[in-house]
Amino acid sequence: MQRRRALIPYLLLAPGLLWLLFFFAWPLVQVFVASFWSGSVERGYSFSLSNWVNYPTAIEPVLPHVGRSLLYSATATVLTLLIAYPLAYTIAMRGGRAKNLLLFLIVAPFFTSFLLRTLSWKILLGDSGVIFGPLKDAGLLPPEFRVLATPMAVVAGITYNFLPFMTLPIYVALEKVDFRLVEAARDLYAGPWRRQGTVVGAIVGGGLVAGLALAFGWSPAIPTILAALVGAIIGRFLISEAFVRVTFPLSLPGVFAGSLLTFIPAMGDYVNAEFLGNPDSRMLGNVIQNRFLTQNDFPEASALSFILMGGILVIVMIYTRVLGTDQLTQSRV
Amino acid sequence: MGATTLERAGPQPRPDVGVAARARRFVDRYLLFAYTGLAIIYLLLPIAVILLFSFNNPSGRRNFVWTEFSIDAWLNPLGIPGLASAVTLSLIIALVSTLVATALGTLMAIALVRYEFRGSRLTNALIFLPMATPEIVMGASLLTLFVSFGGPPFFPLSLFTILIAHILFNISYVVVTVRARLAGFPRHLEEAAMDLGANEWATFWKVTFPLILPGIIAAALLAFSLSIDDFVITNFTSGRTQTFPMFIYAQARVGVPVQVYVIGSIIFLVAVISVGLTTLAGRRQAAKDFEPIRKM
Repeated sequence: MQRRRALIPYLLLAPGLLWLLFFFAWPLVQVFVASFWSGSVERGYSFSLSNWVNYPTAIEPVLPHVGRSLLYSATATVLTLLIAYPLAYTIAMRGGRAKNLLLFLIVAPFFTSFLLRTLSWKILLGDSGVIFGPLKDAGLLPPEFRVLATPMAVVAGITYNFLPFMTLPIYVALEKVDFRLVEAARDLYAGPWRRQGTVVGAIVGGGLVAGLALAFGWSPAIPTILAALVGAIIGRFLISEAFVRVTFPLSLPGVFAGSLLTFIPAMGDYVNAEFLGNPDSRMLGNVIQNRFLTQNDFPEASALSFILMGGILVIVMIYTRVLGTDQLTQSRV
Repeated sequence: MGATTLERAGPQPRPDVGVAARARRFVDRYLLFAYTGLAIIYLLLPIAVILLFSFNNPSGRRNFVWTEFSIDAWLNPLGIPGLASAVTLSLIIALVSTLVATALGTLMAIALVRYEFRGSRLTNALIFLPMATPEIVMGASLLTLFVSFGGPPFFPLSLFTILIAHILFNISYVVVTVRARLAGFPRHLEEAAMDLGANEWATFWKVTFPLILPGIIAAALLAFSLSIDDFVITNFTSGRTQTFPMFIYAQARVGVPVQVYVIGSIIFLVAVISVGLTTLAGRRQAAKDFEPIRKM
């Protein structure tokens, strides 16, 4: 009887676990094996360790794509963070009775097709579309100004598509913040953030925009000064010491979880780059997709997939070692 | 650490007055809500575009510029060759993969919450990892497996291989959803049932299952919506078989017909209504659950 009871969990797990082992774990091993193949679909493949050269030959021509993937994904992650934080904060702290409705609106985009949503941005960001058309007519933008088919459109698409992934974990973390701690901080004379706020705000705002400008090749001067000014105003007037010292540190696990849930899928994405970008804004995902599905170059494509997966595994392992998996899985639901 | 905190907080009191205080009160009252409103408009903008452009009457196939209002596409939503079969296929795949993944995932969630056993850490990792894997890697690795197998039933790619993939990525989400429901489960109800002479089987079906059913339904809805919208993994595992997202992708090169926007709108409306109904039913059920307690 005792022995039979000990078997129960394994019996319950067996079907699902076998599925995961056969169709998730084993294929990952298979990709690794395939990265040491030589040959072609027609003639068949043979495995040899000497085919490690697949790695350098595969990675060398796509280094620009890898760089773009990192740049676009990191930029989109920072942008989603900036957009999502105040949103999650308002819902968690000031949501009141509307909390569930607001959360529902945040995930509402998931109820439409991902591809159609991305195509919608093609309509919205069009050179004479609803957003830029009127601005150009009014002379606020030069007629040759465009976003569609530039790296900016790709980043905008990724930012939009992964915004809920960032918002929900931050919301979950903020929701758990014990408000008595904030009150205690105020009782201990935590007031406005003043001088530090002005400086930190200016540095963060200016630094972010300067970095973006350098990465995407705009002229950095004016946007940087404007952003530093906006940052300084926000830091000086809108952010309190209690927030900086209590609420924000407590919400950091959500920030990390959200960043991971945005950065990882962004690194593998190829739909945004394909629909919204141009041939010079293709990312690693586009290359992998093309090698597998169009060129049928399995060995090199596998090598690239394995590099992507390896990089992500390292990030995920460091993350789960430090913070565990709870934050990541809770907010998914 | 302690010293600096004291130093900063202790000596000079900082009353929250002046411009900054007024600014902060303004933020509290209006700015945050205004911002949230804008952010939500931003999130919903593409949905509005999809709904609006489902009523468009474009001059050519390219449905990118607003031409004139028309309900033609709504009257004949499947009137494009290949669209009907793609939608049917997506529905079948979503239905079957949801059923299988919900069954497998629920069993796993029960095992993980209810039992302590060797290997549970490894199992947890195996459930968590697929959610942290980029879809492209998951799709590519399945494709590699199927190709290296080289023969039926895995190769050539078909409905069967798409199903394998969809069940795979759905399992983890089901486990996580059902596990969340099980974690806050009132165990004493089960103990009471057992004390009253119910065996484990009866206890499960009469007490446990009805109580975790909302979690199972939520998991199934999630799985269904993930499956019906999946593009990336399907792109790698479908071969020539065309699901609805694959159909959109193929059409995107030549111009997406209005009917696709109609189907997208219908899927959105059905999803919103079903989530609304489940929430309402959940609330009514919760009210009913508490009824005996209130009467006591």
